[in-house]
Amino acid sequence: MKIGIPKEIHEGEKRVATTPEAAEKIIKMGFEVSLESGAGAGADISDEAYKEVGVTIVKSTKALWKNADIIMKVRPPERHPELAIDEVELLSQGRHLISFIWPAQNEELMQKLAAKGATVLAMDSVPRISRAQKLDALSSMANIAGYRAVIEAAQHFGRFFTGQITAAGKIPPAKVLVIGAGVAGLAAIGTAKGMGAIVRAFDTRPEVKEQIESMDAEFLMLDFEEEGSGTGGYAKTMSKEFIEAEMALFARQAMEVDIIITTALIPGKPAPELITQGMVKSMKPGSVIVDLAAEQGGNCALTEKDKVVVKLDVTIIGYTNLPSRLANQSSQLYATNLRHLLTELCPEKNGVLNVNMDDEVIRGTTVIKEGKITWPPPPPKLSVAPPPQTDAPAYPAVQAQEKKSAIPDSIKQLMPLIVGGLALFGIGSVAPTSFMSHFTVFVLACFIGYQVIWNVTPSLHTPLMSVTNAISGIIVIGALVQISAPGAIVSILAGLAILIASINIAGGFLVTRRMLEMFRK
Amino acid sequence: MSQSLVTMSYIAATILFILSLSGLSHQETARRGNYYGMAGMAIAIIATALSDAVNAYVILILALLVGGAIGAKAALRVEMTQMPELVAIMHSLVGLAAVLVGYANFMDTGASLSGVEKTIHETEIYIGVLIGAVTFSGSVIAFGKLSGKINGKPVLIPLRHWLNLALLIFVIGLGQVFLEQAESGGGFWPLLIMTFIALAFGVHMVMAIGGADMPVVVSMLNSYSGWAAAATGFMLSNDLLIVTGALVGSSGAILSYIMCRAMNRNFISVIAGGFGTGSSGEAAAVEGDVYPIEAEETAQMLLAAKNIMIIPGYGMAVAQAQHTVNEITKLLRDKGKKVRFGIHPVAGRMPGHMNVLLAEAKVPYDIVYEMDEINEDFPNVDVTIVIGANDIVNPSALDDPNSPIAGMPVLECWKGGTTIALKRSMASGYAGVGNPLFVLENTRMLFGDANETMQAVLKALQH
Repeated sequence: MKIGIPKEIHEGEKRVATTPEAAEKIIKMGFEVSLESGAGAGADISDEAYKEVGVTIVKSTKALWKNADIIMKVRPPERHPELAIDEVELLSQGRHLISFIWPAQNEELMQKLAAKGATVLAMDSVPRISRAQKLDALSSMANIAGYRAVIEAAQHFGRFFTGQITAAGKIPPAKVLVIGAGVAGLAAIGTAKGMGAIVRAFDTRPEVKEQIESMDAEFLMLDFEEEGSGTGGYAKTMSKEFIEAEMALFARQAMEVDIIITTALIPGKPAPELITQGMVKSMKPGSVIVDLAAEQGGNCALTEKDKVVVKLDVTIIGYTNLPSRLANQSSQLYATNLRHLLTELCPEKNGVLNVNMDDEVIRGTTVIKEGKITWPPPPPKLSVAPPPQTDAPAYPAVQAQEKKSAIPDSIKQLMPLIVGGLALFGIGSVAPTSFMSHFTVFVLACFIGYQVIWNVTPSLHTPLMSVTNAISGIIVIGALVQISAPGAIVSILAGLAILIASINIAGGFLVTRRMLEMFRK
Repeated sequence: MSQSLVTMSYIAATILFILSLSGLSHQETARRGNYYGMAGMAIAIIATALSDAVNAYVILILALLVGGAIGAKAALRVEMTQMPELVAIMHSLVGLAAVLVGYANFMDTGASLSGVEKTIHETEIYIGVLIGAVTFSGSVIAFGKLSGKINGKPVLIPLRHWLNLALLIFVIGLGQVFLEQAESGGGFWPLLIMTFIALAFGVHMVMAIGGADMPVVVSMLNSYSGWAAAATGFMLSNDLLIVTGALVGSSGAILSYIMCRAMNRNFISVIAGGFGTGSSGEAAAVEGDVYPIEAEETAQMLLAAKNIMIIPGYGMAVAQAQHTVNEITKLLRDKGKKVRFGIHPVAGRMPGHMNVLLAEAKVPYDIVYEMDEINEDFPNVDVTIVIGANDIVNPSALDDPNSPIAGMPVLECWKGGTTIALKRSMASGYAGVGNPLFVLENTRMLFGDANETMQAVLKALQH
């Protein structure tokens, strides 16, 4: 099937839905890939780079949309500024579209796409289960947004992040507060920490405490018991009392920290307002707030979408296109997410899409199937965090079993000694003297063997086995003393034994020599 | 040569053998140790050949030369990956020789003993043949399993413990009959029947033991071959044989013990056979997704890492990947990276198997570490490559009390940065246990033949 990659038309959007590396692998899966000329320019990828891996470059936007069976893009379809026509109109009847859709917010778009009889897979609707992580574009974009948020903050912040002691005086490290430790929040924590800042983080979901602390940041605790985890790994709306306690914490922190990065989002709802005007006012002049929730209304009361504003001496950054501001990187990750999705959709690698609605991942991602709206999907079965009760029960059973042993340990330890002693006594009471002298030799030899072998280094255990093999060929002596005994059968048996034992002797020693020659420093 | 002189030579040989084994305690002295062993053997054979009792020199020299030639040829030809098979088949030869010597001694009417001494002598023959026959057939089966000629899965006959017990009682009873008949010069038939039972017992015993327990079996048979030699020594009243047999026997016993401890298994339960039969509850099933990667990505991760650990397993031996691994190791070391090898005591099919393979590929032995030496160091490791190993890197051994391998010490590679596991497919290891390591978030799977994928990684590294 033919895949078409149009140029993104949203203002300021620099990403592209595939890169040459990803395209090469997609072509290997049996697809044909064509790309609108200049689609990669925003991400610094030239048409030539695509051509090299076998991508067809198409000049006309209309021709590209018309010929492609599958359209892959980043932003949801919108009105084309140059052609003055909606992208949905460009999509031919019954084709496939893979992009971000945001079905909850774009109901009108969904209806239009359905009317086109299209099959639409929304990259924002990938279920949050571990199998789907490799195609989770929200996570990979959030990761970039978190990184970029810190970079943007650093750009507008008037000081170093890291503390230094210089000849010109001591510089304190910047203090960064990250609210919401999802993918973006954790990426922001990592980046800020890497730049040397003191990082604190807050999240309503207690299970992320460990993740925050593993990144060497401080988890701000709230003296309040309430579980904040919703289904599918997202947060949920909290109770009034909880929010009050939370706001008090933020108010305290606002006076202290230099940079606040907010990433708090609740799916399908406007972003909660966490930083009030009063808190902004209490911040030190020159402080920076980066609001990653600007698209959904912002976590800060003063945020203006897509703008950087300075209010009450605090810089408030409300960019909603942070991934696009790192276009090459985000294109790479998005292209890889799309490629993984194609791998799921085309398991036979024959270049034909198979939208298998029995597959949990594909079911969740597909929002329109052949003109029929299938969104929202049934909830995913697995939460990211396992239910807490299943951890323990296996252990007590085992402990109970261990206690069952009827014989006390002291007797158990003594048993071999008692048995050994009795056996020796038994032998001693009947055996003749000649046997006893041999037996003495035997026991002493066992003891020497025990002492010597424990010193052998484990790496030489194989040579040890082969050399003991050779040495146990000493049984040849037994055959040697019998070979001259009267009787043909005895001679033949002894001769055979000599032959066999000498295989052992020669083989054992020589192979040991060969092995030991190989051990070199 | 007088009897005293012969005895003196035997003492010299004994001392040389002990020196030989103690030489193996360090790599530096190991080669010298091997020469001591050769010297001891030469002294023992020459002294015996020159003693008054021996005059059939034609058969003697012919047999020695032919046997020696066969042994030498086998030793020089064998692939290092086939060492377990060679060792197993050589155990079987000792067992067979012990049986033959026992029979020869039984038929040799030259010696005149009477009373208790005669009874003890007959008992010694009986026991010597018994141990020899079990060693022989057991080793042959072990050889078959190791070389893939016999399926490595344990074959479990119902009521096998009772069967073993019945065989044991029968053999003891038969021994009684043998002793009574031997009084009057007979006893051949009981001896023969016992030999067959012992052979059957050896087959049954090793057939019931699974592939992953092979290191224990091989060292156990090593021990048996020693006890067979010692029993022959008693039978012939020869102290040299007794001492040497005891040395070999205790060596094998200690190795078996070390192997059992490394697997957290009871020696008895290994011998009784069947892996995983003792677990009390259902082991947790492994759920989750694997993250496959390609050779180029592996190479990039290796280039980005500073501290690299390589854990080889039986899969490396099967794929003969050790030379490629050494090339990669050299390349990475030249780039200033810290590359080390972590060896689990039961990696492979024989004690020390991996060390020999790495030595063959010329990996310097001072970067090859034992599990106990490096296990605590994994948090500092950036990238761990697991080559064809499974059970020895299974985290459920530590955290799932219902796992069949629960409590077995394992290489804790998941505590490091990233683990790259090379595997042919997602099949479970010999223990038949799923491995949660492969679905951990910091584990990447590199599927394919170990040698081919390592070649691809090497190529990507050279770019």
